[in-house]
Amino acid sequence: MKEPNPAPVDAHSDAFLARLMRGQLKLSIACALAFAVALVALPLLNYFQPELMAQRVFGFTLTWLILGVLFFPFVWIISYVFIQRSIALENAEAQAAQDGSTK
Amino acid sequence: MSPLLAFLTSEPVAKGIDPWIAVCSLITVVVTVGMGFWTAGKSKSAGDFFVAGRSVSVGWNASAISGEYLSAASFMGVAGMVMATGYDALWYPVCYACGYLFLLLFIAGPLRRFGAYTIPDFAEGRYDSPAFRKIAVCFVLFIGFFYTMPQMKGAGTTLAYIFPGLPYWAGVVVVGAVITLNVSLGGMKGITLVQAFQYWLKVFAITLPIFVLASVVGHYQQHLAVNKTAQETKAAAIPGIERKALPAKAPKDEAWIAPFGKLTTKAVDASIAAAKTPEEKTALEAAKKPYSLLYTYSLIIALVCGTAGLPHILVRFYTNPDGVAAKRTTMWVMILIGVFYVFPPVYGVLGRSLTPELYDAVGAKGTDKVVLELPTLLAGRDHALLGSILSGITCAGAFAAFMSTFSGLLVSMSSALAHDIYGRMLRPGSSPEQRLKAFKWSALIIGVVSVALGTQVEKQNINFMVGQAFAIAAASYFPLLFMSVWWRGMTMPGAATGMLVGGLTALGAIFLTTLSDVYAVQGLADFWVAHPLARILCEQPAIWAVPLSIGLMVVVSKATAASIPADIRMKMLVLHAPEALGLKQEYIKEHEGLGGH
Repeated sequence: MKEPNPAPVDAHSDAFLARLMRGQLKLSIACALAFAVALVALPLLNYFQPELMAQRVFGFTLTWLILGVLFFPFVWIISYVFIQRSIALENAEAQAAQDGSTK
Repeated sequence: MSPLLAFLTSEPVAKGIDPWIAVCSLITVVVTVGMGFWTAGKSKSAGDFFVAGRSVSVGWNASAISGEYLSAASFMGVAGMVMATGYDALWYPVCYACGYLFLLLFIAGPLRRFGAYTIPDFAEGRYDSPAFRKIAVCFVLFIGFFYTMPQMKGAGTTLAYIFPGLPYWAGVVVVGAVITLNVSLGGMKGITLVQAFQYWLKVFAITLPIFVLASVVGHYQQHLAVNKTAQETKAAAIPGIERKALPAKAPKDEAWIAPFGKLTTKAVDASIAAAKTPEEKTALEAAKKPYSLLYTYSLIIALVCGTAGLPHILVRFYTNPDGVAAKRTTMWVMILIGVFYVFPPVYGVLGRSLTPELYDAVGAKGTDKVVLELPTLLAGRDHALLGSILSGITCAGAFAAFMSTFSGLLVSMSSALAHDIYGRMLRPGSSPEQRLKAFKWSALIIGVVSVALGTQVEKQNINFMVGQAFAIAAASYFPLLFMSVWWRGMTMPGAATGMLVGGLTALGAIFLTTLSDVYAVQGLADFWVAHPLARILCEQPAIWAVPLSIGLMVVVSKATAASIPADIRMKMLVLHAPEALGLKQEYIKEHEGLGGH
């Protein structure tokens, strides 16, 4: 049901809508989880491993380097992956629906 | 103009004004007004005014959204807060930037596909309920005004800084008048260009001075390295880094550089100070760190979800040509604002070493002005001219910051008034010309009200006011949009209950803390001291208000499942199906055939 090349389907069927939403939502949730894990983990690390997080890295403390600098590129990577996958998914679904209507 | 000129050239005022600062600020204002007039000729239709003809390209739109988003709080407030409270304040820039990820993942694409003019349009279209439009309009205006007030405060204090002697209200009036003129001239299409220009101005204004400054006085990590951590026995001495003595009011190095510092422990610290017995004190000391962790998480939720629920940002997605462009735009916005947000904390860190005297002053004269103050240090190091020019550039950036955010807010609120209230409720049969006229009048009315409100908040803290707007948006609009887009079982009563209860309880909680802080209600202040946990949960309500709102939406929707719109499958298809399928056209035709809309 959720392979890269979905089978032809009628765009007005419930099955199509369910598949469409499930595919996009799964992708969104996977990306959100990667982000949420980082957001939840950093305060926890600060809480339980204060010595480790206070280590100096190029003058920054480790936790300052992560939050003040590295967090931004991390989020850019997630969003790039999401955009690529999401657009590919849309194209595949559009193709499947068109195949379904010309059948 | 002549009374103003006379005022500016008068002896006491002219002495305190740096000509470079005045010229740079003036250029920003003149270019903004000029662009407004220039684009006025190009904005003709109602579509141009409300959604810029839905034809804004990804690059322009991303710059414009970023320009609109980076407000006075970002430009000045974040740097000041990092300087004042240290590590914990870093969550603000990070979450301001990363909150966009939620918008991208769950909301941007579907919202654009639905093809509405405004969020209330979406609310009505999704639930076929004119009543719900009214509720949504109220929230647009409400959050909008909340977010307008700190921008106005930024305008007032910056102008008073540039022209010492100018009263606070004058800045509010000047900026309010300029932007209101711009918006009523060109609407959304007009401000898109202006905001895009202002983004690049802001990035330039925050980066250039800090690079020059760092090359003279030492770099970010060097200034951070001279603050000692709890593990280090003494502060590192780095050649070339001079550090001024910290005043007594400044937080100590260990507390400033480490997580769980002043920002998050304020409530417990107050209770510890008031503790009567040693046992009580020990118990509170033990609770300090867990409470601080709780505060951090609640702050993260408010900022991340709040970003995804700000109506003036959401309305911008309607200016994209299609859903794919909306997603691409969001990604570029994240990159553009992420690049910007790396820099304000640098000012905060350098400010701690170089301008610690700011710790002793409060509000607009205190750490909030570190961004404007730092470049002037170069003057004391034989770079007088360079210092003045850089200082002028940062002032221009600050101007751009509150002007662009206010113009975005003004467009979204004017749209709500002209499109939703006038066009849909009062005069449903009005012609496009009448609606265009209504837009201009609405801009004027909202502009006047904003200026009036702005003059009333001189004593409030910029970042705190912005935080209020975010928390309310997080508990009302974010759950509404997220659930409406992804759950077909949502009903109008469910959506309305969740949004209203979530938004209003968050507002109420925040209002309680304001009551004791600003209006000094004594009984309440005593209650906070006795119950620090309650204080934290009221100051940062997102951690309970967001789940409350979503929970209510689910429960009430289940109970009223009979009122799920009949054509829900089609609505969901329009939200989620790729545009290539042309489902939206079918949907609109079907609806027109039924006599709806």
